[in-house]
Amino acid sequence: MRISLGTRVTLGIITAVILLVVYVPLLVVLINSFSTSSSLTWPPPGLTLEWWGRAFRSDGALEAVGTSALVALVSSALALILGTMLSFALQRFSFFGRNTVNLLVILPIALPGIITGIALNNLFRTILGVPLSIWTVIIAHTTFCIVTVFNNAVARLRRMGTSFEEASADLGAGIWTTFRLVTFPQLRSALLTGGLLAFALSFDEIVVTTFTAGSGVRTLPMFIIDNVARPNQAPIVSVIAVVLVIVSIVPIALAQKLSGSEQQRG
Amino acid sequence: MSTIAPATTPPRTPTPPPRRTAARRGSVYLSAHPRARLALLLSAPLFWLGAVYVVALALLLVTAFWTTDTYTGQIRTEFTLDNVVTVVTNAFYQGITLRTIGIALAVTAIDVALALPIAYFMAMVASPALQRTLVVLVLTPLWASYLVKAFAWRSVLSSDGILDWLLRPFGGSTPGYGIAATIITLSYLWLPYVILPIYAGLERVPSSLLEASGDLGGRSWATLRLVVWPMALPAIIAGTIFSFSLSLGDYITIGIVGGGAQMLGTLVYQDIGAANNLPLASAIALIPIVVIFGYLFLVRRTGALDNL
Repeated sequence: MRISLGTRVTLGIITAVILLVVYVPLLVVLINSFSTSSSLTWPPPGLTLEWWGRAFRSDGALEAVGTSALVALVSSALALILGTMLSFALQRFSFFGRNTVNLLVILPIALPGIITGIALNNLFRTILGVPLSIWTVIIAHTTFCIVTVFNNAVARLRRMGTSFEEASADLGAGIWTTFRLVTFPQLRSALLTGGLLAFALSFDEIVVTTFTAGSGVRTLPMFIIDNVARPNQAPIVSVIAVVLVIVSIVPIALAQKLSGSEQQRG
Repeated sequence: MSTIAPATTPPRTPTPPPRRTAARRGSVYLSAHPRARLALLLSAPLFWLGAVYVVALALLLVTAFWTTDTYTGQIRTEFTLDNVVTVVTNAFYQGITLRTIGIALAVTAIDVALALPIAYFMAMVASPALQRTLVVLVLTPLWASYLVKAFAWRSVLSSDGILDWLLRPFGGSTPGYGIAATIITLSYLWLPYVILPIYAGLERVPSSLLEASGDLGGRSWATLRLVVWPMALPAIIAGTIFSFSLSLGDYITIGIVGGGAQMLGTLVYQDIGAANNLPLASAIALIPIVVIFGYLFLVRRTGALDNL
């Protein structure tokens, strides 16, 4: 199919314009983090570094970052284990109810967060009588993080085939040795991509977190929602946002490099 | 007379038989019993998803048929249809249900309209290097906090924000906070989730098929309609599942830019928080659950679920 030059150029322009618009709000956040106005007035009346200094001295913000990192780390580790097991089960075996299991994995991400949130809140508080804590947040986050690991691992397993593993078994390796020396090295980068996505998903989650967090638990998104409406805190939130976007470029570039060098998409 | 020299094989040290450790015995057993392997793989994840998630969803369903004691605020576990009947027949809930579905549909339509040209350009026109750059450009906004982006739009759309500042010279003004602002912000938030599956789907269309269509006399338009479209449709539907479902449950964005307007999520949130009426919240939550299951049921035959 030949795409005419006119069409190519038009598509290119549309793409450029949309991406430009996508970055305008992020740019506004960047500029607001330097604005002397604390109520996000445009154009900024003046520029200052005050908010940047304050953000790095804000105990609440730093503690929230720590909580979020802990939750995201434990949830994505659990999701890595569970998601990998599921991907082997669904990709390497066919069994009765396979499609149902497949739907079950997708469901926590296909249903709105508020439903997952109140369902788990109801389960913990009303039914089980478990007090909400950081662990209830981790359990909830793991549930919807499984799917990102699963998707990446399944795609890789499908491409890998089983011939290397069979060769390994023919040469006398047991299943643990085969997994350690043959399967895992091929799967590693897909697991890293899935794990990074799971981490990001958990780090940014607010809805499910709101309904499952105990009273002493405050993740970064909870800190943001508490503070952004307050006049003197909004610019600090802008600073945090800018830092997060800059920090996030590292894992994106890493994941992109990994998938680029192996010619696969996550 | 010739003698054939015996083939000289180097003396082989026989591989020592593996030690009979517990790990080895487990390995031998699992190699011989694929069903045991499957059971082992499925046990932990299914326990997690089943015991935590499915049970929680099922109990939510049950809770919708319970009631809250108006005096003590405790949940009474007596079966009643009151909550569900209220939610289905009350004009207030009907109005908000229709508004929520309308917003979700509008957001989905906008996102698909914006995602199609970008995904098409990325998959079919851009060079491999440009393609990688564009993927990064599409992905990066996802890593900025969802809340920060929603608040960025609050700032962009405010009466002394950048949009008003840009439009004022042309006699325009910001739409202000409300339903339109909510639709704009939600479309913005979910756009990457719609672009990525469509891009992945279009990229899977083999170029040989496009050439074959051309060789057989198919014009660009015919190729697009008869070859590309049927192969891209499941990916497009996969993208719509995200934008539709994420919009349907939203209460945060409409709280930030909605100017007081409510969606179903707002009601659920209020009934849990301020009103402490979990049964009523559960009954309201049944609406998005039913709508989404209906949607998933409608599209399951298109193969969209494999494209998520």
